[in-house]
Amino acid sequence: MDGEEEKMTEKFKRPDGRKPDELRPMSAKVGVVPNADGSAMFSFGDTIAIAAVYGPKELHPRNQRDPEKGTLRCNYSMLSFSVSERIRPGPSRRSMEISKITEWALEPVLLIDRYENTVIDVHINIIQANASTRCAGINAAILALAHAGIPMKNLVTSVSIGKLNKNIVADLSKEEEDWEEGEGATDIPITMTPNGELTHIQLDGKITDKQLKEAIELARKVSKEIYALQKKTLKEACQNVEDEE
Amino acid sequence: MWRMKNKMLTANITGERIKQYLAKGKRFDGRKLDEFRDIEIETGISKHAEGSARVKIGKTEVLVGIKMDTAAPYPDSPDKGNLMVTAELLPLSSRRFESGPPKFEAVEIGRIVDRIIRESKFIELEKLCIKEGEKVWNIFIDIYSINDDGNLLDAAAIGALIALKQAKIPKYDEKKEKVIYGEWTNNKIPLSKDIPISTTIHKIGDSFLVDPTREEEDISETRVTIGRSGETIHSMQKGEKQFLKIEEFYKVLEISEKMWRDIFKKLDKFLK
Repeated sequence: MDGEEEKMTEKFKRPDGRKPDELRPMSAKVGVVPNADGSAMFSFGDTIAIAAVYGPKELHPRNQRDPEKGTLRCNYSMLSFSVSERIRPGPSRRSMEISKITEWALEPVLLIDRYENTVIDVHINIIQANASTRCAGINAAILALAHAGIPMKNLVTSVSIGKLNKNIVADLSKEEEDWEEGEGATDIPITMTPNGELTHIQLDGKITDKQLKEAIELARKVSKEIYALQKKTLKEACQNVEDEE
Repeated sequence: MWRMKNKMLTANITGERIKQYLAKGKRFDGRKLDEFRDIEIETGISKHAEGSARVKIGKTEVLVGIKMDTAAPYPDSPDKGNLMVTAELLPLSSRRFESGPPKFEAVEIGRIVDRIIRESKFIELEKLCIKEGEKVWNIFIDIYSINDDGNLLDAAAIGALIALKQAKIPKYDEKKEKVIYGEWTNNKIPLSKDIPISTTIHKIGDSFLVDPTREEEDISETRVTIGRSGETIHSMQKGEKQFLKIEEFYKVLEISEKMWRDIFKKLDKFLK
């Protein structure tokens, strides 16, 4: 039985021909918004996110200040023309939730205790969307925070793991997200540190506990590639600064 | 933002004491860490609702009502009814809640309950089409908090489930293409047999617990809400800012499965 299942997985063809554990081509760059204290772009294939950090700065109104630590405030938003059917500008319930999820995904690694009474604003905009936008947004945001010099214990990496019918795959595209054959699509965006500490996980679809564990193992595996790109991007940015000096 | 307020409402000294208790596997109210409070359910709380339920989990209380009307379908689902879930945290239910536009906490409860029901395909939305591409049923699930003593999330999801089970479809005038309000058919909302239940597990220190009281929820470091029907997970959301190691997450999955069984048993007589 197991053997048969394995065969099925081998035969399974993703719509764009990728292997199950193959991410779309990624690219990352810091310094894309010169005005910001830190900024970055991150893309998975056609999904492009940019993030800009302003702060730490004074938090207004004053009654929102936390005297014990700094406040992280994320704002995720999709540009109206980032998808085929225009999105009405302004906040939606979805974008409010993703903003909060992004804060929770990032804050565990940030050392913001020492910035009491201040706020760090992270603005994330999706320029072009082809699924996995929150993951691209989180990857851009952590790079922008590092670029802004916010001290952190570690980076976090974010990736969407999917289950298409019975097949576990990494980095879902829109076409895959809309998968209808068999058991349909299950979408599991996951954010973790390189040590395997989860800071974010969500799930929509249909999955057993055993398959979910497989999905997490796959996330752990492919996260290494994302982490390598993040590190490379930041190192090169430091190198460029040194060269200019 | 509201976490700060919470801290002020549950004194640090109380929080410390809760943690000391938990470390010994004990809770203030004598429950085990994985023990859900008693669930009390009352149905038919509004004559004007298509279906309604009052759910009490200990001192926590929510009201959930179902209303239906008709509308044009969404372009991406021309032959399916629409589902809308909203939650309102009434200022009357806690000093933590204020009037005004919905805050994140309310939005999150609405969205999580929405996904627990939608992703499990509990409502057979394809059976709620009147005329493909033109007219379908809307189902509104509205959740209100009446008293907040923790775990509004699981309470809201239970309320939605029971209210849906109760709901009858209103009469529909085909000539005028209008709903006849106040008159109902004998038809219930078509539901699947798999019952999706919200199982929220909180982590405080090294302890995992279910169904927190308000004080416990205030000091919760992270939580995972899993919507499952038996062996199948349909939706999940991790909340709050604290790590969860992968092994810890696997433990959460185990607790969730046991919790599903417990809650299902408690709800059994209301679901028949």
